[in-house]
Amino acid sequence: MKNNLILYIGILIFGIAAPFVFPAFKVQLSILCVLIILATTWNIQGGEMGYNSFGNILFYGLGMYLCASVQVGMFFPLAEWTESGGEKTFVHTPTQFFQGMAVGLIVAAVVPTIVAGLIGYSILGLRGHYFAICTLGLGVAAGEISGGIEIIGAGQGFTTPPFPDVGSLDSRGEFFYFLSFFTLVLTFIAVRSIYSTRFKLILNAIRDNEDKAEAMGIETMKYKIIGWMISAFFCGLAGGIMGGLVGYIDSTDVAFDGREMGVFMVLMAILGGKGTLWGPIIGATVFHIFKEGFWTFFLGWQYVALGVLIVVIVIYFPEGIMGWLREKYPERFGEVVDEADRKAQVELK
Amino acid sequence: MDFMVFQYPMISVQACLDGILLGILFALIAYGMALQWGVMNIINIAQGDLVILGGYIAYFMYLYGIHPAWGVIVAPVIMFFVGIAIYKLVINKVVDRDLFISILATFGISILFMQLMNFAFGADVVLANSGYGTTMLFNNNVVLPNSKIFSAFISILFAICLVIYMKKSKLGRAIRATAQNARAAKILGVDTEKVYAATFGINAALCGVAGALISITFTIHPYMGLPYTIRSFMIVIVAGLGNLPGVAMSGMGLGVFEEFADYILGTEFRIGSVFLLLVLILVYRRFKLSRKREYLK
Repeated sequence: MKNNLILYIGILIFGIAAPFVFPAFKVQLSILCVLIILATTWNIQGGEMGYNSFGNILFYGLGMYLCASVQVGMFFPLAEWTESGGEKTFVHTPTQFFQGMAVGLIVAAVVPTIVAGLIGYSILGLRGHYFAICTLGLGVAAGEISGGIEIIGAGQGFTTPPFPDVGSLDSRGEFFYFLSFFTLVLTFIAVRSIYSTRFKLILNAIRDNEDKAEAMGIETMKYKIIGWMISAFFCGLAGGIMGGLVGYIDSTDVAFDGREMGVFMVLMAILGGKGTLWGPIIGATVFHIFKEGFWTFFLGWQYVALGVLIVVIVIYFPEGIMGWLREKYPERFGEVVDEADRKAQVELK
Repeated sequence: MDFMVFQYPMISVQACLDGILLGILFALIAYGMALQWGVMNIINIAQGDLVILGGYIAYFMYLYGIHPAWGVIVAPVIMFFVGIAIYKLVINKVVDRDLFISILATFGISILFMQLMNFAFGADVVLANSGYGTTMLFNNNVVLPNSKIFSAFISILFAICLVIYMKKSKLGRAIRATAQNARAAKILGVDTEKVYAATFGINAALCGVAGALISITFTIHPYMGLPYTIRSFMIVIVAGLGNLPGVAMSGMGLGVFEEFADYILGTEFRIGSVFLLLVLILVYRRFKLSRKREYLK
């Protein structure tokens, strides 16, 4: 326990110092924070509950559009803003920007949660691959439909309000970094406390055998919906932050990007190890470093690499980094191992 | 919203005929999907990308001066080997595993194919012009391109050939046996590994035929694969596995639905409506099944 406390404080200090130590990587670090949030919250229903969803991108994109729309719509007419595109007919004052951002983020978190609750009853009744394909369809449908709605920019995209001119040039990067970092810290605390309750055990019971869990008197549907809502809450929040960070929202390429972000969050969680607290975090970090390296050195081939990466991870590495560590050093995970038993297992292999 | 389609009956007739001809093509792709789903119990997200790849084979023949209709013969042959290669490299490692693993792995293949096609053929929407002309019906009120009629005819031909092959040949019997019970088939001397490879190859070949036909009748684009996957998945879950007339009927139904959605909602919502229909069908199915389960109690 004491070790853990030191670890947490160390990470916190590193997180706060990071933008000053590596000023060139501020944007990358903020994106990393968002990716970790996505992977961690995907893990709540993907890893712990066993409902592998490709559709969390729905909440992410929804949050992104909502945050930006609220931020603009609070002060200016939304339709005119999107019509003028990036030409900056309207300029937010710093107060307006931050007020809009705060309200926008709240809306971006709350509305997807409600949406998840509303559609949860019908969608979460599906099992296995039906659920996976259905959520995949949901994400793509949301992208296609939002690409046809005029008021949020339809096909040509939606420019989020530019960061106001406050003090130094670097303040934009720092603002978004600390916003995403503290959201990440909040997410981590929330997820960690969730994982120490009975709720997590219920989710695991649903994953292991849903019918048995139901027979044991657990109202599985209620807990499934709650699990999905928690996931949606943080996905929406992450989307809102990402919208401001990227500065431009396109329906299929940024917001409802099932081909990229929608797969990334699944992949990061699997790479790190599904159903563990630290797995998605490690997975997201490794994945982001790998991805950025590839994006920089093999520009143009990144999707080829991504496709190969997905296949390789899924086939050869389905347990993830945490799973591998667990097999290698079971003592560290609090498992009591009988030495003879282990030897017998090695021989069996 | 545009309801012109209901005011002029001829537009409805046009939409229905277009939809049926399109739906036959969808049914052909869905038949391949049902085959591999039934035999190997995997869902191939890359199905649509195999279709598009088949389309590009026909398009390439067209570019080099060969009539694209020959693609109907060439594409399945090439795609059969592509399918076997994919099976040997990836699919045989995910056959017996969790379904989600197979979905994710084929998703990876789909992304890979999408991008490789984008590199090889460019990101333009292309069409192989068959030069078949059009047929006018009902006092010139309904226009049907001959290429669509040709493609529907070829699809039906291939489907019939395949059904006969599955019924009569030794491999067909082995495939059906494996679909019923893989373990029992193995005990009785069926080389299931070979059967799986052949099934995936046949599926890819069917996709190749469908793709070649699509490149003649419609347009192809490297990123257009996923909607075809979703359509075939939808047709299979509506019809059920191994129900060929059902696959044909629901394929045509989907085609007609799409044409009407195109007229009423506008072309920009066409793909969106397909995906939304998928969600609605799955949700409907879930409530229907849950009623059944309660009844069984």
